[in-house]
Amino acid sequence: MTYQFDFSALWAFWPEFLQGAWLTLQLSAVSTVLGFVLGTLCAIGRSDGPPWVKFLVASYVEVIRNTPLLVQVFIVYFGIATLGIKVSANAAAVIALVVNVGAYTCEIVRAGLESVHKSQLEAADCLGLSKPQIYWHVIIRPAIERVYPALTSQYVLLMLASSITSQISAEELTAVANRIQSDTFRSFETYIVVGIIYLALSFVVRIALWLFGLVVFVRKRKLGTAL
Amino acid sequence: MSAVVKLSNVHKSFGTNKVLDGVSFEVGRGEVAAVIGQSGSGKSTALRCINALETIDGGTIDVCGHAVHDAKLDRRSLRRDVGIVFQSYNLFPHLTAEQNIMLAPSCVKKVSKSEARDLAHDVLRRVGLAEKAGHFPEQLSGGQQQRVAIARSLAMQPKLMLFDEVTSALDPQLTGEVLKVMEDLARGGMTMILVTHEMAFARKVASQVVYMHKGKVWETGPGSMLDSPKTAELADFVGSGL
Repeated sequence: MTYQFDFSALWAFWPEFLQGAWLTLQLSAVSTVLGFVLGTLCAIGRSDGPPWVKFLVASYVEVIRNTPLLVQVFIVYFGIATLGIKVSANAAAVIALVVNVGAYTCEIVRAGLESVHKSQLEAADCLGLSKPQIYWHVIIRPAIERVYPALTSQYVLLMLASSITSQISAEELTAVANRIQSDTFRSFETYIVVGIIYLALSFVVRIALWLFGLVVFVRKRKLGTAL
Repeated sequence: MSAVVKLSNVHKSFGTNKVLDGVSFEVGRGEVAAVIGQSGSGKSTALRCINALETIDGGTIDVCGHAVHDAKLDRRSLRRDVGIVFQSYNLFPHLTAEQNIMLAPSCVKKVSKSEARDLAHDVLRRVGLAEKAGHFPEQLSGGQQQRVAIARSLAMQPKLMLFDEVTSALDPQLTGEVLKVMEDLARGGMTMILVTHEMAFARKVASQVVYMHKGKVWETGPGSMLDSPKTAELADFVGSGL
């Protein structure tokens, strides 16, 4: 073991690392928000929709959860190009990530929806609330509160998994690293730096989601107990 | 006295299990009807049918001018006239007492937020819990939760209130505070139907007692009928409680 670490060659690239990290955060943020919406709608469809919707959602979820993300990214990227629609690599990356995380979100949120006791729906129904109102006020909020820790993990995972989109040359952190290591030949050092940046990003994402949870889940904030 | 609730020859089965076997009774405006009977006698099912929580197989149910047995029933308009309180309170755990109460007036009646809040404080005062407005259900005792649940129903200004064994999960002291609220309501002229095991309360407050047995109305009369039952079954039922 006579390897000589040399990080000095990487200093010059810090703006690029930063830019890559920033794009990673942006990709993840957009995918998280859209994936959450898609997943929640799918969860409602799968637990309460007509049979054909249930079938459609179940097929989507199973296909996505049983194929590699990298393959999904390629299918979206080349598929869109084949259809003759021009989208940037970043946009294709977001679409693939949304489709992917939407499926996982669906299953997590569905578990939350099923945790809401039938008597809650009955009570809301007896108060005269409409079905959308019941969903919005009585089911979704406690459901999300219950599965929020699982969702947080999933979205941190999404941020980390976004590194795969470097394969379609979305200019996020890992793609930046790939370029820098081939410019500097300091591969080991480059990926150590990138690893540390991902660690920091995970921390940022966790903190952000935790703060969001504090704002949204008032009961949890005030009492600190699980619902 | 015009009937607010009228059940005529109501039949209801769950699978092969006949739960209601030709049930008929009526409740007039301002009356308090106590439905009593053993577990499995069909009393809770009868109550749930009145609020269209169960669909019936035969007979007719008229509630505040709504034909509940009709397949074309507008359930939401029925629910505006009928409030129900459950044994397990069923408060929304993520909302404060006040928010629990405000939800229906703002969603269903489109009352403004400040108006809904005033309404919530008003009904909370009526159940003696004005100071608990900002508390979450888990911070309240069972009796307090049940009173909030009653307040939540009251906020919709129902013409009829249904109580489904609302004190069955409470100890005697908490039961007392909930019954007191119900007694106040009855005295205020609210039409009420309660399924209950509180014989003393039924005797004292009810203008009509309906004793159900094996899915039928076995005996019915004023509260005093509990002291001089006509049928052996009611005598047995009342006697076993003493």
